[in-house]
Amino acid sequence: MGYGKAQKGEGVVREYYFKTGQMSVGYGKEPLIKEIEIRLDKGEILTLIGPNGAGKSTVLKSIAGQLKLLGGAVYLDKKEVAGMTGRELSKEMAVVFTEKMKTELMTCEDVAATGRYPYTGHFGILSKADYAIVEEAMELVHVKEIKDQDFTKISDGQRQRVMLARAICQEPEIIILDEPTSYLDVKYKLEFLSLLQKLKREKGLTVIMSLHELELAERISDRILCIKGEYVERFGRPEDIFLPGYIRSLFDIRTGSFDEMNTAMELEPVKGRGEVFVIAGGGTGRGVYRRLQRQGIPFTAGILFKNDLDYPVAQALAADMTAAEGFEPVPEKLLEEAKQKMDGCQRVICCKHVFGSYEKANEELLSYARASGKDVEMTAEAVTQ
Amino acid sequence: MRKNRRYRFVTAFILLITGVCFFFALNIGIGSVKISLSDIAGAFSGAEMEETAGRILWDIRLPRASAVLILGGALALSGYLLQAFFHNPIAGPFVLGISSGAKMVVALVMVFLLGRGIRITSAFMILAAFTGAMISMGFVLLVSYRVTSMSMLVVSGVMIGYICSAVTELLVTFADDAQIVNLHNWSRGSFSGMTWENVKTMAAVIAITYIAAFLLSKPLSAYGLGEAYAQNMGVNIKLLRVCLVILSSILSACIVAFAGPVSFVGIATPHLMKKLFKTIEPIIMIPACFLGGSAFCLFCDLLARTLLAPTELSISTITAIFGAPVVLWAMVKHKKERAL
Repeated sequence: MGYGKAQKGEGVVREYYFKTGQMSVGYGKEPLIKEIEIRLDKGEILTLIGPNGAGKSTVLKSIAGQLKLLGGAVYLDKKEVAGMTGRELSKEMAVVFTEKMKTELMTCEDVAATGRYPYTGHFGILSKADYAIVEEAMELVHVKEIKDQDFTKISDGQRQRVMLARAICQEPEIIILDEPTSYLDVKYKLEFLSLLQKLKREKGLTVIMSLHELELAERISDRILCIKGEYVERFGRPEDIFLPGYIRSLFDIRTGSFDEMNTAMELEPVKGRGEVFVIAGGGTGRGVYRRLQRQGIPFTAGILFKNDLDYPVAQALAADMTAAEGFEPVPEKLLEEAKQKMDGCQRVICCKHVFGSYEKANEELLSYARASGKDVEMTAEAVTQ
Repeated sequence: MRKNRRYRFVTAFILLITGVCFFFALNIGIGSVKISLSDIAGAFSGAEMEETAGRILWDIRLPRASAVLILGGALALSGYLLQAFFHNPIAGPFVLGISSGAKMVVALVMVFLLGRGIRITSAFMILAAFTGAMISMGFVLLVSYRVTSMSMLVVSGVMIGYICSAVTELLVTFADDAQIVNLHNWSRGSFSGMTWENVKTMAAVIAITYIAAFLLSKPLSAYGLGEAYAQNMGVNIKLLRVCLVILSSILSACIVAFAGPVSFVGIATPHLMKKLFKTIEPIIMIPACFLGGSAFCLFCDLLARTLLAPTELSISTITAIFGAPVVLWAMVKHKKERAL
């Protein structure tokens, strides 16, 4: 629970746009997650991350007022959400949940138009101005072409965008999204998140969502909330969250690994003594490392600078490796060490043909391999270099 | 798109109103004594009519046709409200056992009071039926909190209906001879023997319920999208659910009090109307279901009276023949859409 104090420690006393105070959430009486403290300025994007079943959806539902709080309070623009009427809140906050909307015989335009609900009269009839807003929203998320199509007969990507159009029609100040990108392909994922960013920038929209894609969470979020067990484990900027080893502990990763610096993951390395020695550098070796992992062959990586693209992958997958400090010449001692390691391998794969002036050590390793009669394989990439 | 829709709505409403008028006229005209259209028109403009024909027209056929018109609409509307409440396309007052519950309490009251020679007013009958409807509804609600599958809900409704029917049968067995006939006829469902007093009472009760339902059309449309979304749109879900339960129970009770249980109109009509109007917007569906139910019941009552004349068939026999296939079709279609 260090983050609460850390924030006070900044010594800044100010009003946040969105705030939770000691919020406890859960189903029934027993709180699932306790003492949640969130502080957001207007126009910030907050992403909830954490293992499956940690209660991300529960937190989102509680913030949206769908679940009764088991303790504490949620404040929106200094007003307590629990004290607002349904209509008041619906003009401030829109939601996109994972539950599918039931939309029999409704076109995409009809669905988007339901966002105008809080603004229409007693019979819910839309005015010309309402329709203009609906059209504008559909244009913004690029679904105007499909406005007359049946909502149940469009693709997941289109559906999610129509749901976003619907939320925009609600003219909210804050939007809550539960795993909005889960069913989208990479193109739609990027498009969807870019849209959120656009809304944040142009309309000052505050966003609270949950994401499974950590690499996207790191890129789009202003703040990240990590949920694990009964408490919020961390709350802060992505650069303070994605620290080496943290994701592994948050998700309790036991097989494979996660590289927080590059938000990339690798499968479980093959155990055993290295059978193949791989000379690489500058990103040429990653493909070979992964191929060997797939084939179940343990390998030893040659000399790699710690700031090399191949380095994190080799660290995750290689049985053994020789690491050198970046931007420094490779000391003789390391070269000798690498030669010794190569002696234990039957095969050598070389991913490089041309070596730079700081790669002389690896070039020497290649000569050493040839001299000692190893079976040397040059990758296609290395040959065409 | 919006223009096309408006055009469709107007056409469909004209069609329905024409249908209601057409079957209403047939119901007045056709029977053991034929009354021609010109005679009817004459009667309304105050022209003298033959004594018996006039009696038949004013005291038998007109109140009966009016009752069918009102109750038919009420039946369809209660079916629509129940379907909306349970998000279940095969819900209706009959399948959920609500009609049977109402029937049970009415039978109980009839046997108890008629046995003591006390005359029962229409309003009291409605009250008794409403009590029964609420009892059944209570059980259905209890079950609905435990089962989420829509078929399980209907199965439990049918079971509740059977229990209520069994209790009613038991009551009939213990009742005096004279009442048995009365009770038996009524418990099978029939629109016969309607008086103007009955019609006035039902018109008043159903008009109020109808207006109340119509005023709920906006929250109802949000509720149709799913509860999570409705709540975000600012709908008071609990209040809406209570209103829906009470309104649909009043409607079911009114029908049972006057005509006994009538099957399938409540489930089938909303599906037909959905097909006709190609929308599920409550603001359209509420009047559409009412008119559709009226036309459907007028048509069925006409057949019930005339097919095997002078013997009268029970109304449920006819409504089942036309209504049940619609329900089957709706179920198959629903399954198919789920699979997609």
